[in-house]
Amino acid sequence: MRAISIIAGRELAAYFATPVATVFIVIFLVLQGSMTFNLGNFFDRGQADLSPFFTFIPWVFLLLVPAITMRLWAEERRQGTIELLLTLPITQGQAVVGKFLAAWAFCAIALALTFPFIITVNMLGEPDNGVIAAGYLGALLVAGAFLAIGSAASAVTRNQVIAFVLAVALCFVFAVASYPLVTEFLSRNTPILAEVARRIAVLDRYQAFTRGIISARDLVFFATFIGFFLFLNTVLVDQRKTD
Amino acid sequence: MPSVNEATLIEINGLTKKFGRFTAVDNVSFRVAKGEVLGFLGPNGAGKSTTMRMLAGFMIPTAGTARICGHDVQTDGVAARRLLGFLPEGAPTYPEMSVTGFLAFCAKIRGFSGRDLENRIQTAIDRTQLQGVRLQPVETLSKGFKRRVGLAQALLHDPPVLVLDEPTDGLDPNQKFEVRKLIREMAPDKAIVISTHILEEVDAVCTRAIIIAGGRVVADATPAELERRHPSGKLDDVFRQLTLPGQKSKDAA
Repeated sequence: MRAISIIAGRELAAYFATPVATVFIVIFLVLQGSMTFNLGNFFDRGQADLSPFFTFIPWVFLLLVPAITMRLWAEERRQGTIELLLTLPITQGQAVVGKFLAAWAFCAIALALTFPFIITVNMLGEPDNGVIAAGYLGALLVAGAFLAIGSAASAVTRNQVIAFVLAVALCFVFAVASYPLVTEFLSRNTPILAEVARRIAVLDRYQAFTRGIISARDLVFFATFIGFFLFLNTVLVDQRKTD
Repeated sequence: MPSVNEATLIEINGLTKKFGRFTAVDNVSFRVAKGEVLGFLGPNGAGKSTTMRMLAGFMIPTAGTARICGHDVQTDGVAARRLLGFLPEGAPTYPEMSVTGFLAFCAKIRGFSGRDLENRIQTAIDRTQLQGVRLQPVETLSKGFKRRVGLAQALLHDPPVLVLDEPTDGLDPNQKFEVRKLIREMAPDKAIVISTHILEEVDAVCTRAIIIAGGRVVADATPAELERRHPSGKLDDVFRQLTLPGQKSKDAA
């Protein structure tokens, strides 16, 4: 635990040591804000809730989360620091989890900075703050799922651009796995996979949270999803660290 | 099992690494006891860094084992790495961190805290003469300073085993002198392996030298013994003779 928190602390500080953190947070807030207000008709809807906000946030994450994770392992390998990190008395699993938690904490900070939306709806009306809290939890879990994918993608290559593109593509696939586009195609060819696709779709699970429903099944889904990709990440680091 | 001398801190048995069909390290075995400074010599691509990476537990060997103080680096890696100070090739460090920040990170990972942590960092900085740059980000430092930051990181926890890949590369003659002095000072309590291209360094600090070529150990002796293997008595000539096949006949012609 101690090793994980030290690695996470170093990694989180590394985001803020460079302009990456500022650029990311500013772009995240501008993008999320303009989508919510313009595309989501935040004011014209005349309803005191954050549903336009929560509609767009997974798509903003889809684009921006891979930008956070692309450096996690690719950068270590390019700079050779992976050799230093993995010859410290820690396990590879601790390094993987520490890095993931740092990226997740960073996302949580960015998400927390959207608090003016909550203040706005509370001033304009009487929203159900329980639903908003559930929505935020869902958004954080979606971020975690995407981060786990992105972190694993970063372990595949020493090139950050490849890590980014790979992560966006994979996140997209898992986001829309339950969309008719995917499932109809699959059910025509391999019906079993269509069923699988429906169950692993990240956005389907997220929808329940935005309606204020937190179910144990969905929590277990996200925990398993993140756990699986972190395990994959550890295997990839082990296999490819010396390439 | 042959009885292992208690003072044997590094034990490598039949270490082999293949990349596809290419054999980078071929059945290398040696032991290093406490008090020894082993110079690891060989031409570029001979397998020096690969051997050191396997010894540090970073690279997984195709065959063979490496042990540090009795701990197998693959099956008991964390315990082995706790007793190891490793300077990887090129002395990689996190560029955005300050010298003290970087050393504090390494020290915390190694379980130090509070006053002990401060003292360890201070000692490592003093030993590698980094006082003047302690608060600078590593990326702003010159090559020689970066190398010494890597060295400071390896010495931080005063480990019984030191594996240093080209510790003096990029240092100016004064800095080289200081680092060699430091290695000699630490030698009595530790088993130290250094790789180098500078043959004079072998005479200066090593009690023993291994020459590796094409992934195989071609010589394992004291520097004085090695020098006697060529009529000129120079290590350079011995090195050429051992690592360049056919060189002997060319010299004679």
